[in-house]
This record gives sequence, structure tokens and C-alpha cells, in this order.
Amino acid sequence: MTAATLVSWKIRPGDVVSRGQVVAEVETDKGVIDVECFNEGTVERLMSEPGQKLPVGALMAVIRGSVDDEPSMSAAPRPNVAANTISEPSATTSGARLKITPAARKRAGELGIALEQLHGSESDGVIGLTDVEGAAAAATTSTSPLRSEDGCDRMRRAIAAAMSKSKREVPHYYLATKIDMSRALAWLESENLNRPLADRILPAVLTLKAVALSLHDIPELNGFWIDSKFRSGDGVHVGLAVAMKGGGLVAPAIHDADHKSLDEIMSLFHDLIPRARSGRLRSSELTDATATLTNLGDLGVETVFGVIYPPQVALIGLGKITQQPWVADDNICARPVLTATLSADHRATDGRRGGQFLDALNRRLQTPEKL
Amino acid sequence: MSDSAATNKTTYREAIREGLREALCSDSRVFLMGEDVGHYGGCFAVSRGLLEEFGAERVRDTPLAESAFVGAGIGAALGGMRPIVEIMTVNFSLLALDQIMNTAATLLHMSGGQFNVPIVIRMATGGGKQLAAQHSHSLEGWYAHIPGLTILTPATMEDARHMLGAALREPDPVLIFENQTLYPLEGDSPEPASNFDITRAAVRRPGRDATLVTYGAGLHKSLAAAETLAAEGVDVEVLDLRVLRPLDDATIIESIGKTHRALVVDDGWRSGGISAEIAARIMEQAFFELDAPVARLCGAEVPMPYSKHLELAALPQPETIAETVRKLVNKHG
Repeated sequence: MTAATLVSWKIRPGDVVSRGQVVAEVETDKGVIDVECFNEGTVERLMSEPGQKLPVGALMAVIRGSVDDEPSMSAAPRPNVAANTISEPSATTSGARLKITPAARKRAGELGIALEQLHGSESDGVIGLTDVEGAAAAATTSTSPLRSEDGCDRMRRAIAAAMSKSKREVPHYYLATKIDMSRALAWLESENLNRPLADRILPAVLTLKAVALSLHDIPELNGFWIDSKFRSGDGVHVGLAVAMKGGGLVAPAIHDADHKSLDEIMSLFHDLIPRARSGRLRSSELTDATATLTNLGDLGVETVFGVIYPPQVALIGLGKITQQPWVADDNICARPVLTATLSADHRATDGRRGGQFLDALNRRLQTPEKL
Repeated sequence: MSDSAATNKTTYREAIREGLREALCSDSRVFLMGEDVGHYGGCFAVSRGLLEEFGAERVRDTPLAESAFVGAGIGAALGGMRPIVEIMTVNFSLLALDQIMNTAATLLHMSGGQFNVPIVIRMATGGGKQLAAQHSHSLEGWYAHIPGLTILTPATMEDARHMLGAALREPDPVLIFENQTLYPLEGDSPEPASNFDITRAAVRRPGRDATLVTYGAGLHKSLAAAETLAAEGVDVEVLDLRVLRPLDDATIIESIGKTHRALVVDDGWRSGGISAEIAARIMEQAFFELDAPVARLCGAEVPMPYSKHLELAALPQPETIAETVRKLVNKHG
């Protein structure tokens, strides 16, 4: 995502806003999303108008912080900037100096392209003029009116860009393991017996929680590869790949999934998936994921070999739970079996650590009562 | 001056001789002096025939005493003459450095603007002819350090032919550095010129991908490298500085604004050389146009070797220029 179009403001100058409050709606390649405020204070000025296309990181509004926030006792509080609320993780976590040539920096300024969105194409990783002009060309082809008919194409392009970057830059390794799901499903069945129909828990919720806890166990898989080093996520925010109605997909984050109860995750499923399918996600949901989970079991897929969504370093794939012959206590029996896969960035972890993740996932699913 | 627009072939050596002849013909105050310029015809045969044509008063052989005859030239200039002083090579000019810097370049200032010194000093410079470590260096960059001097480096037939006349019209000292490898260079006879410019650099080959900033012998090696690179799809602009002092910043910066990458090619030593000055100016004035650090290809920092293969290796060559450009255009840093 390099730019978004402001659809509407939810605030006016003079309004007092709080952290997490929805302040605006913007249209992106991935649909209309709500922009949340990262600061508290009073809206001083709105710097953009509905219909305006803004690069990621552009100044949208000025919010004056409350005097209490200023221990320096300055009479005029510094304006806080609630601007890059739509930035991607790379923009918010990057502290290292960007390697960009002076000419490229100048040209990006002229073209209004946010530097955080640029990537060096040469082997030295330095962003040069050609990279800026390439990004500009891509941006102009995606300029469009609100709710344009080619919205789907734009999402396709966004996916194409992210996946091409992933396959170009991320050295993937892939691991797969088969997990006996008989204990987990048996526990779930007995648990659901005591629940009204509306509160019943799906197997996908159980596996998501197990994935979240396993990411907590193996923190090297939970985070981002930025500027040649791993930065761990500020929590386990599992991005759940959701197919869109008109094609394409989004992976909204389930925040702190390792600390949420199965019921909380279940209710989030009910809330999040319809919103994701209709393209109405919050910015934090769209950008905060620290690892992605894709579950293609409902289509009968047995094994998923996923492509990592950069700058994340891991993608977990789950297939369909099928009855399979299974050897237990020297006897062949039929068991419900799930194939879990891990696509991981070899720059951040090695196969052994990845293997420990799948082992943790397996063990978590053998003690479903603890999930 | 002939009116005919003849396009006969000539050489760099003959073009300079024609410039000398024209100067001697057109202004009775002009005279030539230096070691072996008269009876021997010049150690590089530039002034051959001039003694016979203009006589011993105007084409004067001097003792092997650079400080003395450059000082005499300065005195003549102060006395209203328009001397052309030839020093055999730039290495020998160091014997006259005191006269050149402390007198010729400084007198206008020391006299409170009363006495300008309209002297032209020509000398051969550069390596490549197996003349070893006391006759082969490229010290024009040193002279470009000195305020009060104009430093010219003719590299084409036109500049060889016409820079001298323009230099003689200057009220202050001008030094002309003729690269000794260029004397046999052949080309079309230059057109006559009036008000010939000696302030601007010249784009000798327009290009898109990188700018080669060079002068003198480096121009021809850079043009050869540009041809090689063109066959590979790399379109190089070649900029001939022509004037090392004062440098024509505007033309350099304009070219960088187009190509965003620069390689300075200089036969002189790298440390503290004119290439460093050019790179610094590009950084100062065109920082935000640069898509890669300014690159330099200079002479090896050794006394010039006598042996042929070592001398070639000590100087930028078309092959090394092309290789440096390939690296320059394929990455940023």
C-alpha cells in the first residue's frame, strides 16, 4: 500500500479525540478502512479533504496534545501529528537510516511518494532513481475515483507486488507435520455440547489459538524482518487470511490472540470475517499482524505451501482435517489428521527453530483443555 | 587568418603552430621564448620553422634556466609586450613556480591593481611516451589551485588552434597545458574563429546514463570508452573541462542534472587533485541530483614508471574507464 484516498472525516476541528477512536475513513487497495487515532488531544486542523489521494505517511490532521502530557511545562504544547495512522509495520518500526540516493530522495519528494514504501532493486539495496520512478508509475496506474470498478484489479496489483517482493527477497523454507486431532476434536465436541448453538466454537478457532500460543513459544517467528534484522512483534497478532467476495484476500490481525479466550476469538471471527469480506477493516487490523495464518481446509486442501507476507517472517498453513490411517500403539487406526505447514524466512530462523514451532503446535493441540 | 573553410587534415602539433603563427602575425608585441624553441624547432617540434619565418628577435632560444626566462617573460609583459613562454615539460616548470605563483599570479594584488601580467606560458604535460618520472606528470591540477591564473587544457584541434589567441587577449597570466600524447593526433583543420571562448567546458558527446568529466588526453580515452559502452547500451556523456581554473561549474552541474552519475577521469594523482575538487563541487552544488557517489579514476600515485606496460597501467585507459562506468551505472553505492 502506497497511498489511500480520504473518504470522510469523522472528526472536526475542536473535537477532543482519544486513542483508538476512529477519526476518518480512507479507501485503499484493500477496501475502505477506518483510521484510528494514535494520540489523545484536541483536533486543531484537518489538513486534507475527502476525495484527496494521500501517500502513506502524509500529514492528515494536527492534534494538539493535552497539557498534562507535557511535563516540560511548556505553555504551548507541541502539536502531535496523527498522520501515519495508515502506515505499514515497516514504517512504524523502522529506526535505521534509509539507504536512498539524494536524487531518489528529491524525486520522491517531487512525486509525493512516501520513502517508507520504496525498495531498492539493485543488489546493494539502495533506493535509486529508477526505484522511485517505478513506484511513481505504479502509483499513477492506481489513481482512481472512490469505489472504482477496478478496485479488484488494484487489490490484485497490491497482492502481486507484495508476493513478488516476498518471492524475490525472502528465502523461504517449508516444513510440514501431521497432527492427530482426535483429542482436540473430542474435547471440542464435549465442550460444544454444553453451549447454545450460537456460542459453539469452530475447530478453526481452536487451531488459531494453538498457533498463537506456539508463536508465543517461538518468538523468532513472530515479527518482522526489516533493514537486515529481525524485530519481534509487540504481541502475537495473528493475521487471518480471509478471501474477499470479489477476489483477492486480506489478512486482518487478531490482536494478542495468545491472551484471548476461545470465546473472545470466536466472537472476533463473527465480527471480523464479514467486515473483511466487505472491505471494512480498521487500519490497525490491516497492518498490525505479526504472522499470518491461512486455512484452506474448507476447500478440501490438505497441505498449504504459503508465501510469506513481508516484512513478516512466518506463514502458517492449515489444511483440511481428514480421517487418515494412523499408527498408534502398534495398531493402525483411523484418526482425524491435520497437516500443518510452516513457511518461514530463513534469514530470521533456521529449520530447527521452525520444527520446534510445529512441535509446539502439535503439543498444544494434544492438550485442548488448556487452550 | 585564412577565410577559406578548408577541412584539410591537420595535427594537434600543427594546429598549435598555426595558433603561434597567427599570434606572431597579428600582434607585433607577441614573441615566443623558451628552451630550444628556435633553432631546434621546439623539443616537440611545435615551433619548427617559426625562427626562419619571424626572426631571432621574436623566436628566442633561452638558457636552461626556467626561473630566469619565465621571470624575463613576466618583466616583458609588465613592460607592455605579449610574451609566449614555452616550458619544456610541466616537471621543469617547478623551477619557475616561484615566478609563476609569487610574481605572475600575485602582482596584480600586490600592486593594488596597478600592474597586471599578460603573460602566456605553454608547457607539455602528461605521461604515455616513456619519458619517465621527471618528464611525464600531470601537474596542471596543482596550478589550478592558484588564484590569479587561468589554466587551459586544449584537447581538440579547435582548442589547440584557437586557445592561444584567446589567452593572449587576457589581461592576466594564462597557462596552457598541452598533453604530449596529443601532438601527433590527427583531425580536420579547425575553422577560423573570433572571440573564441576560454571560459566554458564542452559536452563532447551527449549521453544519458553517466557523465565522464575529463580534460586533455583523458578526453580521447573517455570518448573511446564511451564508444565501447554504447555498444553495451550504456549511454555516456563526455564532458571536456577545457578550463581547469576557473572551473565551469554550471556546465558540470547541468550535465549531472541530466545523468545523475559522474566519473572524473584524470591522469593526475588522486589525493588532493583536481578530481577531488570536481567531486567536491558536484557534491556541494548537485547533491540532490546524485544517484550514486561521484567516482574517480586517476593516475596511480607513483612516480611515472619508464617501462611501457607499467606506464600504461599507471594511467586511466579506455578499458579501465569503461569498467569503472559499468560499476557506476549498475549500483548506487
